Amino acid sequence: MDYAAIFVIQVAYAIASLALISVGLAVIYGMMRVINFAHGEFLMLGGYAVILPVQAGVNVWFAMLVIAPLAVGLFGVVVERIVIRPLYGRVIDTVLATWGLSLLLIGLASAALGYYQEGSKPPLGSVVIGAYRESVYTFFVIGITAAIMLALYVGLKRTRFGLLARGTMQNSAMAAGLGVDTGKVYAATFGLGAALSGLAGGILAPISGVVPVIGATYIAKAFITVISGGATVLAGTASAATLLGAVNQVVTFLSTPVVGEVALLAAAIILLRLLPAGITGRLFRGGI
Amino acid sequence: MSNRASSAGGIVIAALGVAALIGVPYVVELFTLVDVAVYCILSILALSLAFVWGYAGILSFGQSAFFGLGGYAYAMAVINLGESTVPVLAGILVPMIFAALLGYFMIYGRVSDVYLAVITLTVSLILYHLINSTSGPEYTIGRARLGGHNGVPGLPPINVPGNASAPLDYADTFRLSLGALLLVYFTLRAVIASRFGRVLVAIRENELRAELLGYDSRRYKLMAFTLGAGIAGFAGVLFASWGSFIGPSVFGIAFAAQVIVWILVGGLGTLGGAVVGTVLIQYLTTWLGQTKALPAMLGLSKIDPSLVLGIVLILFVLLVPSGILPTLRKLLRSRQAAASA
Repeated sequence: MDYAAIFVIQVAYAIASLALISVGLAVIYGMMRVINFAHGEFLMLGGYAVILPVQAGVNVWFAMLVIAPLAVGLFGVVVERIVIRPLYGRVIDTVLATWGLSLLLIGLASAALGYYQEGSKPPLGSVVIGAYRESVYTFFVIGITAAIMLALYVGLKRTRFGLLARGTMQNSAMAAGLGVDTGKVYAATFGLGAALSGLAGGILAPISGVVPVIGATYIAKAFITVISGGATVLAGTASAATLLGAVNQVVTFLSTPVVGEVALLAAAIILLRLLPAGITGRLFRGGI
Repeated sequence: MSNRASSAGGIVIAALGVAALIGVPYVVELFTLVDVAVYCILSILALSLAFVWGYAGILSFGQSAFFGLGGYAYAMAVINLGESTVPVLAGILVPMIFAALLGYFMIYGRVSDVYLAVITLTVSLILYHLINSTSGPEYTIGRARLGGHNGVPGLPPINVPGNASAPLDYADTFRLSLGALLLVYFTLRAVIASRFGRVLVAIRENELRAELLGYDSRRYKLMAFTLGAGIAGFAGVLFASWGSFIGPSVFGIAFAAQVIVWILVGGLGTLGGAVVGTVLIQYLTTWLGQTKALPAMLGLSKIDPSLVLGIVLILFVLLVPSGILPTLRKLLRSRQAAASA
């Protein structure tokens, strides 16, 4: 019984963490059709934006929930201005430029902060479930991911910015014709995606630690989740994270985490053979 | 006119290549010879991507994965067999089979450009994690240990076919590498000039139009992708034999990015550009790795290669998007036009 409970918690955690690391990428992809190759480095920056202030004595929750998203979000706005904007409409070039940015950030972080592992203790201790022990932080990650998805849903569905963003996403020429400053919307969306990535990196930093190259451990899964989900931000991320997270965690239980990752990839490739535009290319169309 | 110029260029390259093949080992030092050999080997990898991306329009961002698979297939087979002929073939065939399978799912699924780029890169990254996790002694293929993050050291080099007691020395390795580079370069030129190559370019330019003319674009693209993987695998074999070593970093994201940078710097849509880009970038990163003055000037202990690659990549995408070789050609042509006017 307690084993089953642990199993369910672990699967839920796998799904939540997959959605968490993917959602910032999904926002940018859904809006701009650009895969941000520097996504892993945005997560890395979010991690440092938690670890460094905490070492300087700042409260960990404040650093995680405020400093990390703000810092990386602002950075995202600057990046959009300098690197992304000159390349609008040239999707492949944008991908390549963000890949360059990714390498540049790894190089800068290595030069400035060194290669060693920065750590901080996961807050909140643990609870006992039968014969097993589970970190309370696991529940926090599941909870906050659900909260982020909900906030994003409300933000996109109910606010004026959400309306403009969705309008620009569906038909940018029409939105511009109706007087929307689409450039500003793109910049804001890129900033939002970056902020979400920073938040995710910050939330995961106490668990995984931060090194300059940590992005590479996240992006494989994040990329696969976003493209399997398709261009619809929330429905895509949620459905792909649920499917792939479950596959990943069940196979991890049966063998090792690496084999779980291979299973995730194999499932995604077979899925894309059947639904080449991702899950939301066929299902949940017209959602957000 | 341009056709005649290009075939004249081909003859010049062939003549220079053959001269280098014979002459260079007598002229330069052993150290340089070993360096030049690896430039040739990496150029073969670059050519494979120049063909797949530049001519077939397939964004294979994980092209280095096929290089790695070739190297590992060679390593596993040569440790078990001792003689290198079958391992060399294995190093070409294993990546081709892998690419055919992977390509079937992607190309016949008709996933978009960017999706294909992301999937190929992700496959490479996951192979990286997979190989890295095989450190334990239980991960063996026959007598060969996969070795995890330590890689597979002490590989026997390629030998004269059928004679395991005659391994290639440094000069031979150089000749083999340069010879292979010339062979791959001219083979690809021939492929591109053939009917198959022209259909590929037509698909790259307008896939729908090519299909309406009755060409099954998926079949052509899959064949190009598989051929490219075979060439990359061949380069991987040469690389493993050259250094007597293959390690998981060939599957890493930094190496995958490097191959992309070679192509972009040299010029997408050319074969020569791939070689130019490879040599330039490799020379630059090697030099930056050795020089002490520049990092000291910037107050750093050393310059991280990904820093340099990142800057080069961003600058080229923003400022020189067509790459060095096409830009030079354009300059030259406008100069000529101005002179004749």
